[in-house]
Amino acid sequence: MSVDKGIFHEGQRDTYDFHEGKETPWRSNEEVDRYVPTHCCYCGVQCGMNLKVSGGKVVGVEPRYDFPVNRGMLCPKGSTVYQTVNHPDRLTSPLMRRNGKNSPLEPVSWNEALDAITRRFREIQGQHGNDAVAVYSGSSMTNEKCYLMGKFARVALQTRHCDYNGRLCMSSATGANERSLGIDRAANPISDMLHADVIFVIGANVGECFPIVTSWLWRARDRGAKLIVADPRQTPIARTADIFLPLRSGTDSALLNAMLNVVIREGLVDEEFIRSRTNGWDETKALVEQYPPERVAKVCGLRPETIIDAARLYGRAKAAMIYTARGLEHQSKGVDNGVAAVNLALATGNFGRPGAGYMTLTGQGNGQGGREMGQKASQLPGEREIENPEDRAYIASVWGIDEKDLPHAGYPATLMIPAMLREEIRGCFMICSNPMVSLPDQHTTERALRALDFFVVCDFFLSETCELADVVLPGNVWAEEEGTTTNLEGRVIKYNRAVDPPPGARLDWQIVCDLAKRLGKGQYFAYKSPRDIFDELRIATKGGKADYFGITYEKIELQNGVFWPCPTEESQGTPRLYEESFGFPDGKAKFHPITYLPPAEEPDDDYPMVLTTGRVIYHYLSGNQTRRTPFLLEQAPYPWVEIHERTANELGIRDSDWVTVRTRRGELTAPALVVKSIRPDTLFIPYHYGHTQAANILTNPVLEPMNKIPEYKVCAAAIAKATQPPDWAKDVNPAQLRAARGRRRRLPSTGEPQGPTVQ
Amino acid sequence: MAVKRIFLDPSRCIGCRSCVAACRECDTHKGESMIFIDYINRENTVASSPTLCMHCEEPVAPCAQVCPAQAILISPDGVVQQADETRCINIQNCVYVCPFGVPKFDGPGRFMRKCNLCYDRTSVGKPPMCTSVCPTQALFYGTYEEWVQAGRGQQGAKPVNVFYFGQQRVRTRNYVVMREQDDALDLMALAEEAQLGNLGNVPISTTAQESEAWVEAGNAGIPERSAPPQPWAPRTPQEVPAQPVPVTTPEPVHH
Repeated sequence: MSVDKGIFHEGQRDTYDFHEGKETPWRSNEEVDRYVPTHCCYCGVQCGMNLKVSGGKVVGVEPRYDFPVNRGMLCPKGSTVYQTVNHPDRLTSPLMRRNGKNSPLEPVSWNEALDAITRRFREIQGQHGNDAVAVYSGSSMTNEKCYLMGKFARVALQTRHCDYNGRLCMSSATGANERSLGIDRAANPISDMLHADVIFVIGANVGECFPIVTSWLWRARDRGAKLIVADPRQTPIARTADIFLPLRSGTDSALLNAMLNVVIREGLVDEEFIRSRTNGWDETKALVEQYPPERVAKVCGLRPETIIDAARLYGRAKAAMIYTARGLEHQSKGVDNGVAAVNLALATGNFGRPGAGYMTLTGQGNGQGGREMGQKASQLPGEREIENPEDRAYIASVWGIDEKDLPHAGYPATLMIPAMLREEIRGCFMICSNPMVSLPDQHTTERALRALDFFVVCDFFLSETCELADVVLPGNVWAEEEGTTTNLEGRVIKYNRAVDPPPGARLDWQIVCDLAKRLGKGQYFAYKSPRDIFDELRIATKGGKADYFGITYEKIELQNGVFWPCPTEESQGTPRLYEESFGFPDGKAKFHPITYLPPAEEPDDDYPMVLTTGRVIYHYLSGNQTRRTPFLLEQAPYPWVEIHERTANELGIRDSDWVTVRTRRGELTAPALVVKSIRPDTLFIPYHYGHTQAANILTNPVLEPMNKIPEYKVCAAAIAKATQPPDWAKDVNPAQLRAARGRRRRLPSTGEPQGPTVQ
Repeated sequence: MAVKRIFLDPSRCIGCRSCVAACRECDTHKGESMIFIDYINRENTVASSPTLCMHCEEPVAPCAQVCPAQAILISPDGVVQQADETRCINIQNCVYVCPFGVPKFDGPGRFMRKCNLCYDRTSVGKPPMCTSVCPTQALFYGTYEEWVQAGRGQQGAKPVNVFYFGQQRVRTRNYVVMREQDDALDLMALAEEAQLGNLGNVPISTTAQESEAWVEAGNAGIPERSAPPQPWAPRTPQEVPAQPVPVTTPEPVHH
């Protein structure tokens, strides 16, 4: 496109000349009616941003410099997220299979769709009991909606089975926080990074998954903080780390035990802290002494000296932070790994001070709030326990129902799949989730979702999961309603409404309330706005661990976010936890001895490699939004297989060759990316893609025993040159991946570069 | 008044292309970016580096000097603008002369385009888009004093704005952040070094401490526990999933 000539003042077109030194004639021609201060809806950082609104449409983004977490900074997803609002793919009419599973999805009226849902859910529940219908919710939506979904399941559908996609994301971190510290929230605000001497990042690709956090990390390094990174790949932050521990996937708890072993051996433990503020040290100490770095190094595929150096550096710090994320949590011992990390922090007294703490970097936009609002299988709002009689009685009183009518704990999301296959769950209402990309073992997932008698999905784009639904309800995007989310620090922030949903689509909370009304429970869902829901949510969380009672929309605006717990209207919130006591009745944290558990699948002769999966910076979760954003899609159009040069050479694989990766679950063909930045025994595939491009065709559905998170990060795999390109290759040029990496210096409009011709 | 400049610090860059995405959001060239991110050598490392117009100060911008049509104008505050499309005669001298390889020729538009320091923003006191969004602040916008005040120089980093290309010396408005011992950047020497195959300075994918980071894993008698496998469903023989049920998508509605 050519430059917009309207950038000059009217009438100055012919006379302007910068040499004359007149006042600048530059001015944008863009007519923006208003700037709506809000936040990005993608990852857990929840960056502040302004949406430009013109003529009732969102037309662009303007940095928002006043939000303290990002101060105007945005990642490429944030800069382009506004493009999902007016996207041509937006669903603007309910879709339904009118004549059973084999009929096509066709547009129907809202009345017809909602009537069908009401009728079918009633039929299924009448025949098979209330628990035959499940609610599968999500965490990339506001607290108000997360709260509403939990209440909808328990009050309107009266089913036990209500869970959410945070099961795939945050549940290991929750387990570790609850077992060791007593409160399921990051211990410190992100700004505490600037007070740390040592920052230890294990299993967190900060640069790609939480880009804005990198700026805090670099600022800490400007001040002289040392950085330790443990990751099987050289991530962008690992590149300049002081110590890089390229461990084998799935050996985190062994590494953490070995580091604690060195800390003990070298006398770097904080005896006073352990005595006065913790329980259970002796058992942990006794076990950890059996993990000398010399032996552990072999299991992790590291050199013992590096582990010792890292432990010394961490142990000697005056204040040290540990950051973990999905790399450590997406394992069949995810909770163990988190606990082992907390053990290390507790033993060195690194809690409750500026720059000292442990923080899990929450992946989803509202991954923190979503796990507090009572949409989890075993939870009621405010991190209350659904099996605790007091909590049950309190929530029943808030909701105005009889405690006996409040269902008990149901299946976590990952166990809903086998329950669907057993025909125990026959109907499902799904919102804000795309398991046809995000669940492991995609073939089994697909069988389970197809086995449902009646499957309803609420989404704003036709996701891979919507394609299997009987009814698709067009909902709203984040810019179309107000509501709060809770970012990875535990800071509650607020989205502001910029525009209305397109004609035909409706607001999610209104859809759910409408359904509740049709199910005969309208009196419990008589909300007039998200604010009404929030006000009820404040009361419901009052006195719970995640206490939102003192948080109001006004206070959020005034303080640029409020950290929970915020129990009273006078309270300004609690940015740093554990300054005086931990979240258990005696105020002390708990050590738990962690015996190393190997990954469920170890490499063998048939499957000699370790496969790990993860994110890339250009896509968010299942890619349902980011794969529809042209700039982001262009940067990462389809999955690839990262493989070390040495391994590739042995197998005769060259860069950009089509390779087939096989596991016990299935196979996937994608181009190879031959690099030196990954362990030679490891393969990596980004997981954001669907259908035959889904990395989760390959992953192992083995579950963590306590919190049921799947082992996305480790499975045994085999790789070979592909015999033929996959079907989807006909739509792409095999050289495109290489070209995308080489595409640097050209304007899209210029085509091939026109350089001088040398004869 | 102190001049606000961009400080490029490749050591902070994570190659995320936020700057590229944000540059495309500029009102004056929506959809096209005037900043570029290179992965230096992806086979060896994830290192990356941004390239944008350095806004040469002395001698006055080579691109403007060689323009016979005087299409490249320099505003009083020292910002080198892209070609005025009413003057540009499409000879691309600027494209060939720029030592940094920044100007790009817009074929269909028939004029040269490049970064103008977000003149619509900076001329009214707002920072450029790329520096606003850069998640690592590898692109920093401010005066030299502000750069120092932000604590950027504490670990021996030093901004450099003098570049040598053989005999040619260029001093630029924007800085590149280098090491303490660097006073200038001799780009020809570096290019020559790379061409001669001296890759001693090319970063490879290990840290300074680790000459051999990737070690084969093996067994070693540490306590292990075993857990009964907890797959979520009994496995059935591999089956090809049925073809997806046909989907009719409604006509897209453009609003």
